[in-house]
Amino acid sequence: MSEQSIIICRDVHKWYGHFHVLRGINMEVRKGEVVVIFGPSGSGKSTFIRTINRLEEHQKGQIIVDGIELTSDTRNIEAIRREVGMVFQQFNLFPHLTVLQNITLAPIQVRKWPKEKAEKIAMELLERVGIPEQAHKYPGQLSGGQQQRVAIARALAMQPKIMLFDEPTSALDPEMIKEVLDVMIELARSGMTMLVVTHEMGFAKAVADRMYFFDKGQIVESGTPEEIFTNPKEERTKLFLSQILTH
Amino acid sequence: MREPSAETTLPPPTERYTLLGWVYKNLLTPWYNALLTLLALWLIYAIFTPLLRWAFTAARWEVIAVNLRLLMVGQYPKEHLWRIWLSVHMLAFVVGLSWGSLARGRRRIGLFLLILPWLLALIPGFSIATRTHLLILPFVAFIAYWLARLGTSQVRKHLVTFWTSFFILFILLVRGLTPPDGWFPVVPTNVWGGLVLTFLLTVLGIVLSFPLGLFLALGRRSRLPAIRLVSIAYIELVRSVPLVTILFMAQIMLPLFLPGNMNIDRVVRAIVGIVLFTAAYQAENVRGGLQAIPHGQYEAAYALGLNGFQTNLFIILPQALRHVIPVLVGQFIALYKDTSLVAIVGLLDLLGIAKSILAQPAYVGTQREVYLFISAIYWLFSYVMAYLSQRLEKTLGVGER
Repeated sequence: MSEQSIIICRDVHKWYGHFHVLRGINMEVRKGEVVVIFGPSGSGKSTFIRTINRLEEHQKGQIIVDGIELTSDTRNIEAIRREVGMVFQQFNLFPHLTVLQNITLAPIQVRKWPKEKAEKIAMELLERVGIPEQAHKYPGQLSGGQQQRVAIARALAMQPKIMLFDEPTSALDPEMIKEVLDVMIELARSGMTMLVVTHEMGFAKAVADRMYFFDKGQIVESGTPEEIFTNPKEERTKLFLSQILTH
Repeated sequence: MREPSAETTLPPPTERYTLLGWVYKNLLTPWYNALLTLLALWLIYAIFTPLLRWAFTAARWEVIAVNLRLLMVGQYPKEHLWRIWLSVHMLAFVVGLSWGSLARGRRRIGLFLLILPWLLALIPGFSIATRTHLLILPFVAFIAYWLARLGTSQVRKHLVTFWTSFFILFILLVRGLTPPDGWFPVVPTNVWGGLVLTFLLTVLGIVLSFPLGLFLALGRRSRLPAIRLVSIAYIELVRSVPLVTILFMAQIMLPLFLPGNMNIDRVVRAIVGIVLFTAAYQAENVRGGLQAIPHGQYEAAYALGLNGFQTNLFIILPQALRHVIPVLVGQFIALYKDTSLVAIVGLLDLLGIAKSILAQPAYVGTQREVYLFISAIYWLFSYVMAYLSQRLEKTLGVGER
């Protein structure tokens, strides 16, 4: 099994000062799997997903991504970041660059593609996320949903093997959530390996292969969406699900 | 966003006045406004009448006319003056190129700049040669403007190259290349002076202090303690010393630390002092801009695989510098005016020349004329810098996105 695993986490711990945020996370993700991570705020789910591309450092345990172990070696970190795309809650587009420049910057500078190739692929990605007509606007001129779709296109432009989503719809108006989820569902069905921190249970039902419930820095329960929704084993999971599903 | 259609929306209400109506509403009602208007009119009259009377009757402007060459170029040898003029023509050419490729509309200011040399040519006291140069200048600028209109995008792409080569050529021309008997003799810096020297000190000060300030600002935020500490120590040390002190140290103490046979030029020493001083302030200005950038920008750049250098170059600095254009330019204007302090260490810049002119017995009692004149020159160039900074902010769209 571990031969196919593209992400392997073994007993990952992290502290913020004296606060123990991650308490021994074990997780293996296979190629093409879609994993949804959910749980109450402060449970460490965002921190965990950010350790996978080393935006946060783990202090104990082992994280191996695409066969490379994450250590403080800068070259390893940069190599992994090239293969791992990330989408943030707050989009984090570059406001001084146009949509097209946002998408082509990393392919041109990091992958060293010629500009024409990068722009051609960027336009294809903008078609895919449904906003090719916005290519020459600045992020500030776009709606939240459009910005998040640009952010997804920007991450995909590096042709990553893994995509991380850190609460991608939490900062969006309800009517814009759907347009972003549609893009993510299409992406999941195309075979991309995805780690998604989200509370969008509809999305989880539709495309997740496995779900992990986080609480207080630990994985409380994991299983297929079927198991989690119809037959949760832990009391804590039942309580949390009843709270987010009732209204 | 949807544009409201023209039929359904009316323009916002505007108030329209005749001139008299405007005067009545703003200057004469209620009664205390009328009183204030009268007071202001009286003040203007009281200040400007004696000033104008002095300027047109009592003032001895011939002190300026006779010494104009000194004020502009110091004791730069007459037979080499063409080098300065050539530089001025090159400057006009590059300005014309910039104007033609960057400006949209804004014809009036361009026109004013074109006519300015002709207006100057009307001033009495110039030699025939000077007048000829002044008459040709607008044509040079206009040809460049016209060339730039033909190929706007190509010219715009290479503007930085044009300006850089202009400054290098300018310094080479003013300084010369070969020994005195050669084909292009060096003009020693002790005869450099006047506006040309001020201009040189300013340009080199700006061009060299900016990158140094940038590195110090980044250094102060570095994760490596050695770099951070050195940056902090440098910035705080330099900021706690007055510029005059630094200039004195550069002139008098620097030679003590150097090996005996090594002699650094006085002008170079002054430039080093100015650069080291300004860089410390620019570092703090840039750091202010860096702190305004949200952390998410770094994270997004790192997540895409950009390294630290690329992140700063493409993501952080372009945004940070845009935020602080007003302060950066303010610092450069301050630098321009602070170059006058080199007069204290014996260089004959604009102020130094002015003082040396006033020391001549023939011009005793003409302080007002001379200082007024050099103030006007300082004002003119400071204003140009401030204006360019505003244009730059508009072009980059600061505060709009």
